[in-house]
Amino acid sequence: MLYREAGQFKSDYVSDQAIFPILQDRIGVILIFLFALLVVPFIASNYMLSSILVPFLVFSIAAIGLNILTGYCGQVSLGTGGFMACGAFFTFKLTTAMPELNILLVFLLAGFGTALVGIAFGLPSLRIKGFYLAIATLAAQFFLIWMFTQNPWWTNHSAAGVITAPPRALFGDFYITGIRATPLNKYIFLLCFTALLALVAKNLVRSALGRAWMAIRDMDIAAEIIGIRPLAAKLSAFAVSSFFIGISGAVWAFMYTASVEALAFEVTRSFQVLFMIIIGGLGSILGSFLGAAFIVLLPIMLSNLPAMVGLRLPVDLVAHLEFMIFGALIVFFLIVEPHGLARLWQIGKEKLRRWPFPY
Amino acid sequence: MNTRVLTWLVAVPAVVIGLGLLFQLLSLVEPSLYFTWAYYLEVLIGGTLQGVMYSLVALGFVLIFKASSVFNFAQGSMVLFAALTMVGMIEWGLHWTLAFLITAGVMVVLALVIERVVLRPLVNQPHIILFMATIGIFYFLDGLGQTLWGSDVKQLDIGIPRTPIFILESVFEGGILVNQFDIVAAAIGGILVLVLAIFFQKTRIGRALRAVADDHQAALSVGIPLKTIWAIVWSVAGFVALVTGVIWGSKLGVQFTLALIALKALPVLILGGLTSIPGAIVGGLIIGAGEQVAEVFLSTFIGSAIQDWFAYVLAMLFLLVRPQGLFGEKIIERV
Amino acid sequence: MTFRQLLAVPAAATLLTVPLFDSPALAQEGSQQYFPGLQYRSGPYAPSGIPFANGYADYLAMLNARDGGINGVTIHYEECDTAYNNDRGVECYERLKDAGPSEPAIWSPLSTGITYALIPRVTQDEAPMLSMGYGRADASDGRVFPWIFTAPITYWAGADAMIQYIQQEEGGSLEGKKIALVYHDSAYGREPIATLERLAEEEGYELSLFPVAPPGLEQKATWLQVARQLRPDWTLMWGWGVMNSTAVQEAAAVGYPMDRFIGIWWSGTEPDVRPSGDAGVGYKSLNFHATGTDFPAIQDILSHLYDEGEGYGEREGVGEVNYNRGVLNAALAVEAVRTAQAEFGERPLTGKEVRWGMENLHISAERWEELGLGEFAGAVDLSCEDHEGGGSAYVQSWNGTAWEPASDWIQPRNDELRPAYETSAAQYAEEQGIELRDCSQEL
Repeated sequence: MLYREAGQFKSDYVSDQAIFPILQDRIGVILIFLFALLVVPFIASNYMLSSILVPFLVFSIAAIGLNILTGYCGQVSLGTGGFMACGAFFTFKLTTAMPELNILLVFLLAGFGTALVGIAFGLPSLRIKGFYLAIATLAAQFFLIWMFTQNPWWTNHSAAGVITAPPRALFGDFYITGIRATPLNKYIFLLCFTALLALVAKNLVRSALGRAWMAIRDMDIAAEIIGIRPLAAKLSAFAVSSFFIGISGAVWAFMYTASVEALAFEVTRSFQVLFMIIIGGLGSILGSFLGAAFIVLLPIMLSNLPAMVGLRLPVDLVAHLEFMIFGALIVFFLIVEPHGLARLWQIGKEKLRRWPFPY
Repeated sequence: MNTRVLTWLVAVPAVVIGLGLLFQLLSLVEPSLYFTWAYYLEVLIGGTLQGVMYSLVALGFVLIFKASSVFNFAQGSMVLFAALTMVGMIEWGLHWTLAFLITAGVMVVLALVIERVVLRPLVNQPHIILFMATIGIFYFLDGLGQTLWGSDVKQLDIGIPRTPIFILESVFEGGILVNQFDIVAAAIGGILVLVLAIFFQKTRIGRALRAVADDHQAALSVGIPLKTIWAIVWSVAGFVALVTGVIWGSKLGVQFTLALIALKALPVLILGGLTSIPGAIVGGLIIGAGEQVAEVFLSTFIGSAIQDWFAYVLAMLFLLVRPQGLFGEKIIERV
Repeated sequence: MTFRQLLAVPAAATLLTVPLFDSPALAQEGSQQYFPGLQYRSGPYAPSGIPFANGYADYLAMLNARDGGINGVTIHYEECDTAYNNDRGVECYERLKDAGPSEPAIWSPLSTGITYALIPRVTQDEAPMLSMGYGRADASDGRVFPWIFTAPITYWAGADAMIQYIQQEEGGSLEGKKIALVYHDSAYGREPIATLERLAEEEGYELSLFPVAPPGLEQKATWLQVARQLRPDWTLMWGWGVMNSTAVQEAAAVGYPMDRFIGIWWSGTEPDVRPSGDAGVGYKSLNFHATGTDFPAIQDILSHLYDEGEGYGEREGVGEVNYNRGVLNAALAVEAVRTAQAEFGERPLTGKEVRWGMENLHISAERWEELGLGEFAGAVDLSCEDHEGGGSAYVQSWNGTAWEPASDWIQPRNDELRPAYETSAAQYAEEQGIELRDCSQEL
């Protein structure tokens, strides 16, 4: 009824190739963004902002990054944590060496730095494939973390090897990192930043480059035969993906936990992000958001749930049950919909289109 | 086959001696590097014995991957779960042999449940989905094990001696130190591999297993029940996990971190090839010896605590030459 | 079974169980002081976290049962499981922050990583945090870190105490001795290096560093290097969780003498040595409080809680190292609240008032005696500048079944440590743009 595209005619290629070809989608996305920007700050508590929404946005960026590599280009990577660490430590070095540089620029530069690292560790992908590649990317994970822990230069010789985000303002008094940054500032900045990055990602995967990635994913030999250079396609996927992941690592360290040691980016972080894109949906930007929301929210909900319904369970039991339910739900979701939440949404859209008269 | 064995017989001592000479040379250039042949051999032997322990974990992965193309990340938590269950039984007052047998039974039940609940509904899904599902199992088993048995460190003592002994005292001054525990553990690992080899080569089920590993559809068409085979493979992997858990558990104490030893098995796997049992063994030995030698003799040059990534980089270097691992089946791609 | 049925089952189960487990504690009215607990009873470090959490919770519950709280203000205690994970810790902090009947009294996350992550947050929220024997050593400078307390002792002081002990054992001079440090390669493990290096220059010993990659399951190469190549006179260890028990076993496996192997206080608990059986006998560690149940306050925990079946953990666990450490942490927090109550009135206090209590906390040996914890820990004397309070430590050794003291209390050389704290804190203040607090202006 409400969701019906009848009557929306496309008379030129521009409207046919729009990101959201359906008017309702366009309005919906804009409404959600405006709601998040204008309404959420007034209704959300600090807990909601700093412990749920901020990590959700941070992980969304990481998930978009990994989705470009794994979902669009088909290269499974378990090095996400290492690349996030790159972003975090590059940002720290840059902003302490050049405090006058705007923090937004620093984030982007750290992203570019991480992209270079990504290319270097992407080189084996030209020869190694599948699970072999996945495990080989663990080399990046462990090596990078080791490098950041071992060299005190990266932490400005901090005795403990921990970097703490110095106070930096986006403009004027709008502090987004350090002690003076309020959760609200961080949230607003991250929201706009993430939306922008998502837009960039969406347009990239619709470009010739994105189509090359997908051809490689579907069958790399065939792609090579139709004239796609695997070297360029794979390495560009590694670079773009690492760019996003690096930025997410930077904002993780600077805006979410505000102080970080290299160990925060250990291999479980890589698995976490991989979970997000698989639960959310491989090869879908929307799926990256859905997956990030699912993986961030689920453990928090599970550990809050007993208290919310008035159960007084011992915390260790809650923690163990949380593990079990988390594991079981993942298996459950994979069985119900192996193509992820994004696919569920698509099915829902089909149903909505016909609602309320399905036949 | 024979030439291959011969190659190994020549290549291994050559590499060992070559590396030794290299380090000796380096120690002349860089005086802070400590090198004696006895010490080198000691590190090498210690590492190799350690490698057997990695092979044990890797073995569980290979069994399952070969038969069902599932990369079973949950192997680590199966190790933990088995060890926890066994210790729990012992704490109830059972003798450890009895506890071992009962736990083996529990692992078989677990295998059946996993096959029925997780694998069967996911038949024909892409590899990565199955891989993720096993990570789901990993979380579930971790939680379950701790809910049932608690999170304390538990001591598992089945009477393996732990005292260090010295060998080759006549050849080298001071001898070479080897720990008895490592030798016993390596022996148990060796026996396990032997038993598995016999099981695979000489029994009816073993033949069926190999048929499934070669070609699922062909096996199915000659009447081999795929589901039964999968249940058996997972049971065998569960049993391997139990043995691994007993050895690692009595070495380190049974605790949550045992699940993480899966990470030590991954470089072994890709080095040896995901589908090869001998690969898992040889890969384990190479990784075990390689990373210890690197940690001891290379840390002067590139820094300490390099074990974690060194194993992966070593494996990756091998992969660049042979993308399917040392013993893996050649990957043939057709458009 | 359809999807809807699947959903219905747990929902029904939840509805049934709610009334059974609803605790009266939530509904209780009256003045309550809120104590948040960032504990970990799950995750890789649970074996160390559980007894600590039990000791902390039991001491508070015992005060409620025995005295009706602190001067009539009952204690409301809420726990959240951090799993020793930094981001979970931050989430727990945000969750517990506003979850109690009053402002949180004092935070104790029992994790160096979480302490680092919480420092900006508690500073912003004006809530005191006591990182007892962990966290940032330079937070002892109360001018830069107004909300962080490190009482009774820091890692740097611990390193100093260890070297003093070795000096005693070696009969004075350490000239030409070899000392190895085996450490957890993380923020925590690296804390003592600077102090040990400084002392190496002063005392003339040779320091060798051996980082162990967390979680520390792999130490074969490390111990081959230590025991077969370097053969140091003494080995110090900054380990944590499974790394400790592995280290003790690997050291025994290469035949390193246990009585020349000293761990920091987090490497000196029962789970660290038990898995190694007899191999760990003689292994030493530093500690800053007594072990065992031979204290009136702990007897009160046994009689008021465990005899009634209300203890948090198992009865056998009472008196273990980590359990008593939890008791000590709770006792320090409670005494801070008591001190502040004397100033601000016997009512639930704000974080700022509890900080005043911490900064004016003076627990002498007599005061410990009055609390039923005579000779349990050294005297504590805190002030606005000094958030450590000059605590002392002693060396204990494992006899196969229990830890027994192997030295007298050792007083770290604070006149040398204090400038080091101040230099390091000043660097932090500069990086973060913090103005030093003027302590003469405080109450």
